[in-house]
Amino acid sequence: MAGPNLGVKEHSHGGELPISKLDVHGSFDVDAFPVPTGREEEWRFTPLRRLRGLHDGRDIKDGVVSVEVTAPEGVTHETAASGDPRLGTTFLPTDRVSALAFRDFGTFGGATVVTVAKDAQVAEPAYIKVTGENQGDAYGHILVRAEAHSKATVVLEYAGEAVYADNVEFIVEDGAELTVISLQDWGRDAVHVGHHYTKVGRDARFKSFVITLGGDLVRMSPKVGYTAPGGDAELHGLYFTGDGQHHEHRSLIDHNVSHTRSRVEYKGALSGEGAHGVWIGDVIIGEGTEGTDSYEYNRNLALTDGTRVDSVPNLEIFTGEVEGAGHASASGRLDEIHLFYLRSRGIPEDEARRLVIRGYFAELIGRIDVPELRERIMAEVEEKLAEHE
Amino acid sequence: MTKFEIRGVRADVLIGADERQEILKGVDLTIDSGQTHAIMGPNGSGKSTLAYAIAGHPKYEITAGEVLLDGENVLEMSVDERARAGLFLAMQYPVEVPGVSMSNFLRSSVTAVRGEAPKLRQFSKELQGTMKDLSIEASFAARGVNEGFSGGEKKRHEILQLELLKPKMAILDETDSGLDVDALKVVSEGINRAKANSDVGIMLITHYTRILNYVKPDFVHVFADGRIAESGGPELADRLENEGYERFVKAGAEQ
Repeated sequence: MAGPNLGVKEHSHGGELPISKLDVHGSFDVDAFPVPTGREEEWRFTPLRRLRGLHDGRDIKDGVVSVEVTAPEGVTHETAASGDPRLGTTFLPTDRVSALAFRDFGTFGGATVVTVAKDAQVAEPAYIKVTGENQGDAYGHILVRAEAHSKATVVLEYAGEAVYADNVEFIVEDGAELTVISLQDWGRDAVHVGHHYTKVGRDARFKSFVITLGGDLVRMSPKVGYTAPGGDAELHGLYFTGDGQHHEHRSLIDHNVSHTRSRVEYKGALSGEGAHGVWIGDVIIGEGTEGTDSYEYNRNLALTDGTRVDSVPNLEIFTGEVEGAGHASASGRLDEIHLFYLRSRGIPEDEARRLVIRGYFAELIGRIDVPELRERIMAEVEEKLAEHE
Repeated sequence: MTKFEIRGVRADVLIGADERQEILKGVDLTIDSGQTHAIMGPNGSGKSTLAYAIAGHPKYEITAGEVLLDGENVLEMSVDERARAGLFLAMQYPVEVPGVSMSNFLRSSVTAVRGEAPKLRQFSKELQGTMKDLSIEASFAARGVNEGFSGGEKKRHEILQLELLKPKMAILDETDSGLDVDALKVVSEGINRAKANSDVGIMLITHYTRILNYVKPDFVHVFADGRIAESGGPELADRLENEGYERFVKAGAEQ
């Protein structure tokens, strides 16, 4: 598509305030955000009652969360206190929970700072393991910086019980390649509201896998912006939402500079009474930019009755000079034609179902470069599948 | 010795929740093991419906008649039971099943049909050999079932399954359509190998006589307007080659 800057708002299935304007209202001041009521566009899919006060800022802070880092050679880690000037450079909180987490993480042992040294090519993944030791309010902050022309994989692993909010910053400097696997493997009662803020540098590559399996309520908001042309971001997501679980993923890609690429692909399965999945995929293609290539995709598989999915792609385009911008969303049951084909080869129905569901996830899991994680995630998916057979 | 009998079968295609249309209007046909019956006919005459309905495709419903495999009514069986009883359908449009690897699928299928898991090394050898016979590259085993395959590749994989599953009765639905001459030869050789290696009975559904130069039929039936309109020997195919289906289309339209 070529032509002058038209400022065309191509698609907006969302609310009154355009997503591109949200940042204008960003602030580190908690009081700049009124306590959400649930009527706001960004909160309307989240059952606020089940946030257990995480959004209203009552001063409890009774949680205990441990953070354990395992770093291979080429990767260093340290703890930074609240107020460290390196923290909070990539974002301005756009909701109350993010602001709260940034204000209060210091009370919980400070921030974890992980740095991949310039030019380091690190094959072994670094692990950051966040474990909730008891069910209570807690806040966290993580900063991962991949210095110029480095290459590394970082695994973020959440487990245990907590009512937890955190901000995770990823800085991918020029020419660097960072892969992040964020595994929300919480215990059944945990609540987690997480924000990922990523800045992608010149010719840098960022790839994330957000895998949400556990918790009572998990709400993840991965946001990506670019600092120079040539940046590439791939956001993959997978959730398996069981009985009564709420899994919400809200991605935002801000193509604020020219010649950047993004792919968002989130796949979910829902099974059991009250399983609720939410996907909001926001993409902004900024004014005056050119050569943006973006595509976002969400697919949901409802395995039983009683599940609910809200899937909202949201594209705002402020330029005519776009290379590609597309979105797709599909939610439904297992394809009976897939099942027919397998069964027509003698494979019994339950096994055919398992094969098709496994295949649905295997497509995405297969792209994770860490074999041990691949196997573990697949095993957990199998376990959740078994609950409904 | 196997006997496959289609008796008075009528079937509807299910179009919507309340909408259906009768396609098969009383089909009678008996195929003994070792025999090859070609079913030929104009587009829209119901040939593919016959194939899908017998296999138990969810879009079709048999409303009358029975289909017997050695006296057992396969219509009372589930889709997978039919396959395990020895019925095979090579589809005109094989289905893509993303993320399920071909090798995993074939092993599951062979295990189900044979009633026990084949020894891994033995099966791997058998699979590689059969793939080679059909000029299928070894790398296909790791790909998703039919995922991104060309039309010809899909058809070869259907015949691969025919050879591995060794059914008593195989229905081949327009396996020749969309194939170039080389691919047609490869696929035909596969069918002929299956015939030579077993006593399989074959119902070969085709629009064209071309494949009959490679796979010799014992009987030829013309399908028109949801039933068999005429039956004969291989010479009937030659007559159709010369005359086309015109007289059957007319006959169908007048009813």
